Amino acid sequence: MTYFLDLFMSGLTRGSIYALIALGYTMVYGIIALINFAHGEIYMIGAFTALLASLVLSSLGLTGWGLLFSVAAIAAIYSAMYGWTVERIAYRPLRGASRLAPLISAIGMSFFLQNYVQLAQTPNFMLFPDLIPQMPFLKPVAGYLNRTQVMILLFTIVSMVALTFYIKYTKMGMAMRAVAQDITMARLSGVNIDRVISTTFIIGSVLAALGGVLIGCSMRQIYFHMGFLAGMKAFTAAVLGGIGSIPGAVIGALILGFAESFAAGYISSSYRDVVAFIILIIILIFRPEGIMGQAQTQKV
Amino acid sequence: MSSNFTASNIGRLVWSEIKPALLATFWICLLAFPLMTLSINPTNQTYSFSMARIPYLAGGTFALSIIWRFFLKRRSFQVITKAVHQSEGLPEDLTKGPKPTWLTVVMGSKYRRQGLIVLLALMVVLPFISNPYSVNVLITCLIYVTLGLGLNVVVGVSGLLNLGYIAFYAIGAYTYALLNHYFGLSFWICLPLGGLTATLMGLLLGFPVIRLSGDYLAIVTLSFGEITRLVLNNLNITNGPRGISYIKPPGFFGLDLNGAPKDFLVNYLGVDPGMDVFKVFIYFIILALVILTIVCVFRLENSRLGRAWLAMREDEVACQAMGINRTRAKLTAFALGSTWAGLAGVVFASQITFINPASFSFLGSILILSIVVLGGMGSIPGVILGAIVITALPEQLRFFSQYRMLLFGALMVLMMVFRPEGLIKSTRVVHMHTLKNGNGNKTKLEALTGAPPERASSPPAASQSPGQANSQANGQANGLANGLAKPPQGPTGESS
Amino acid sequence: MTAATDRPQSAAKTESSDLILSALGMSMVFGGLVALNNVDLSIERDSITALIGPNGSGKTTFFNCVTGIYKPTRGDVILYPAIDLPSISLKGKPADVITHQGLARTFQNIRLFNNLTVLENVLIGRHTRMKAGLWGALTRNKKTRQEEAEAIEFSFELLVTYGLDSMANELAKNLPYGDQRRLEIVRALATEPKVLLLDEPAAGLNISETSALRDLISNIRENEKVSILLIEHDMSLVMTVSKKIYVFDYGRLIAQGPPDEIQRDPKVIKAYLGED
Repeated sequence: MTYFLDLFMSGLTRGSIYALIALGYTMVYGIIALINFAHGEIYMIGAFTALLASLVLSSLGLTGWGLLFSVAAIAAIYSAMYGWTVERIAYRPLRGASRLAPLISAIGMSFFLQNYVQLAQTPNFMLFPDLIPQMPFLKPVAGYLNRTQVMILLFTIVSMVALTFYIKYTKMGMAMRAVAQDITMARLSGVNIDRVISTTFIIGSVLAALGGVLIGCSMRQIYFHMGFLAGMKAFTAAVLGGIGSIPGAVIGALILGFAESFAAGYISSSYRDVVAFIILIIILIFRPEGIMGQAQTQKV
Repeated sequence: MSSNFTASNIGRLVWSEIKPALLATFWICLLAFPLMTLSINPTNQTYSFSMARIPYLAGGTFALSIIWRFFLKRRSFQVITKAVHQSEGLPEDLTKGPKPTWLTVVMGSKYRRQGLIVLLALMVVLPFISNPYSVNVLITCLIYVTLGLGLNVVVGVSGLLNLGYIAFYAIGAYTYALLNHYFGLSFWICLPLGGLTATLMGLLLGFPVIRLSGDYLAIVTLSFGEITRLVLNNLNITNGPRGISYIKPPGFFGLDLNGAPKDFLVNYLGVDPGMDVFKVFIYFIILALVILTIVCVFRLENSRLGRAWLAMREDEVACQAMGINRTRAKLTAFALGSTWAGLAGVVFASQITFINPASFSFLGSILILSIVVLGGMGSIPGVILGAIVITALPEQLRFFSQYRMLLFGALMVLMMVFRPEGLIKSTRVVHMHTLKNGNGNKTKLEALTGAPPERASSPPAASQSPGQANSQANGQANGLANGLAKPPQGPTGESS
Repeated sequence: MTAATDRPQSAAKTESSDLILSALGMSMVFGGLVALNNVDLSIERDSITALIGPNGSGKTTFFNCVTGIYKPTRGDVILYPAIDLPSISLKGKPADVITHQGLARTFQNIRLFNNLTVLENVLIGRHTRMKAGLWGALTRNKKTRQEEAEAIEFSFELLVTYGLDSMANELAKNLPYGDQRRLEIVRALATEPKVLLLDEPAAGLNISETSALRDLISNIRENEKVSILLIEHDMSLVMTVSKKIYVFDYGRLIAQGPPDEIQRDPKVIKAYLGED
């Protein structure tokens, strides 16, 4: 039973991190129908920035919660800057180009960022410091729940709630929904499309960066190639839930997290990634609209 | 007029160019600041700070930014001019046929045949005048030409983005490695088998994904590639990550080229080739494969099947409305594209005699894709050039090796933004239509396939009956007034 | 089955002699939206029939259902290839099969193969009348070469007839708008259709171009032995070329008849101008 519970918790935390990344995919896809391949790299850059920031800040004497939150903030800001820049360079000049062009550009961008970090920070695994302070109140449930898991769940839930409110109740959120519905009509109604798209990239990047910080704290090591697999899985999650749908991305991510965790626990850990990819293929073939998505008829 | 060129105006003009470049430089330096200046000492978890790389970065960004803005402006200018032409109905004279490019000039020249023979002779002599290292590079390059041409069928011609192409390469290589390892089958038996296995796997993947297109297809193929690699990594029969070694190189009618023939060369003729003889042999095998591939791909592109692929790439709905079975077109494109990867895989396994799953990572798919994108999607000479640029050049220029992957990524973005058609734009075969006037009245239609472009560049109107040419000229002159009307006397009436 | 599917049989027997195509009880439902509601429509052999109606009345949906782009929720399409040949049901057949059977169409928003030459666009139209497969393409044997040469000749003849031959080797996207419309029609003709379905061919054309289009349509009718079904908003065009007119409103057929009757029909006037 404890083994099951272990797997359950690991699936839940894994799924939460996928959810943070998946939201970026699903939002961008919802708005400009582009698979932002570079999104996984933004998450990786978030983790690396967090690592560097934590070293600098802790050498300046910052500790505890202050350190955690300032590191997270710096990682979020930097990733947002990267996300915004990627959109400006690799996607904006390609609006209205053929279908394949932005996709190939996205792959190129992803590849570029990966190798950029590899060159700047060596291809080695980097030790990530334990940023999460002790939580004495967790003593009674120590066997089931550790502070990292609590932190991951907390971060994820807070970000989800904040995002939902942002999309539902702010003017920019409304503009986003409008652009997702019909980009031409939104433009004609005076929505600044460029700004909406930039904001989407920034929000997605911030969430991905948080995911990067959390995965660093949980895995305790990061490396330049981590974004590729995580990005693929988060994309799987987004598709599983119905790409374009925000609650869908979260549900898809959790399902994927559990599936992977149980597959690794009960079958073989070497097939964990295979499970994720097979789920992706099956979903795309049999229900490409995902769990929460709606089937669309092609307009002729 | 002269007042426009006062010093202050020029200054303002220059500043208006430099200011955004400076801003971009500042921004990129800001972005790169922590990652490029801080380096971590892994032993004691300390960091060190160095600004050494920043000036290079700043200089590079500034230059790039100026170039970027220049090309972006030029691009938008071209778009505007074209849009104006289209709406005003005043395009460049369309009757003159497509503009000649340097490629059509070269290929259409009188000495095309001689040129090709010289090129072929050069390719044949090349391994004998180069060192073992260069021969290896040449083989690799030709393998990538084959891969590029194969992927070009899928991505460039049919418009199906396949991000798992390397898997079919792996399937070919492993087919040979396994059959050789367990059953001792020779290269020549495995070459077609490798191609066939890859084709079958292509079909197998093709069947479920026929409904998908665009982004989803890309993702499914990417997943397929990763699954293939992970499975190869985890199976016992493939020896997992350790891979399979001692794969036998191809023999010449059962003769081990590294045994007797080499001894003969060294002992009796006193010639030491200085390399494994079989490498030269593989070079010729892959050269033959490349030539075969070029012929096949060219013929396919200009056949009924190839046009179906092109139509599918251009418009999936319209292609069906034209009577094309989209399912069949997709499957054939997928399966045929995979065949070449399988064939190349067998050659690859025999070249390096050792393979493991690490040779077939996602990076490989990206490499082949960038060959196609850089060279020009759908363009055979383009893909060949792309393969040379991407595989052979970095080997020659050591400087690149460290930044090679970085440059590939940047290149893919830049190509998409500024030259989506690639280094060598794909050109369509020109078909000429000559109305031979037999006895003044009777017209005979004759179409020449693949007519040499020097004939193409002469206006077709010249070869038409004068009346026909006139009515066309009038049609042009009056704009679109009678644009849609049927010319008074069409030859169809007589001929049908 | 339901009454809607029983009815076609009897209708088919009685009217087959002078009809080329009849759509019977066509319905199309998207989610909850009924885009087409039990529509019957027949096209007489060798005639021009028009389909009119306000925007969103289901005309293009009807085209898509008939040509197999959409699968209709209910209803049948029956083709009578020739008077002495048995009729063919096109119900549920995919678009490419329907084209092969002899229905060809154009699109409201031009859908040419933009990066291919004008000639290649027409050659792709020949696809369904050609046979060469993979083997033929790779070996380029005599049969394939001959078929290819014939297809090119056929396409050139069409281009000459409709005045596009001088641009045969130009990319389709570089053509002026009017020529693009014309090329799309020529491309459809290359499939040797029995019925040609034109979806708003005059959209975006000016007055003189429209009058040229009128001549083009009449010419096609005479030269090519096809029956034409035409969706059009340009009333002067519709009223002059068509023999029979069908009027759609909100996915229903509200009127049918010869042009002069339709012009006077109060239901049609109401649909176009609203009440009062």
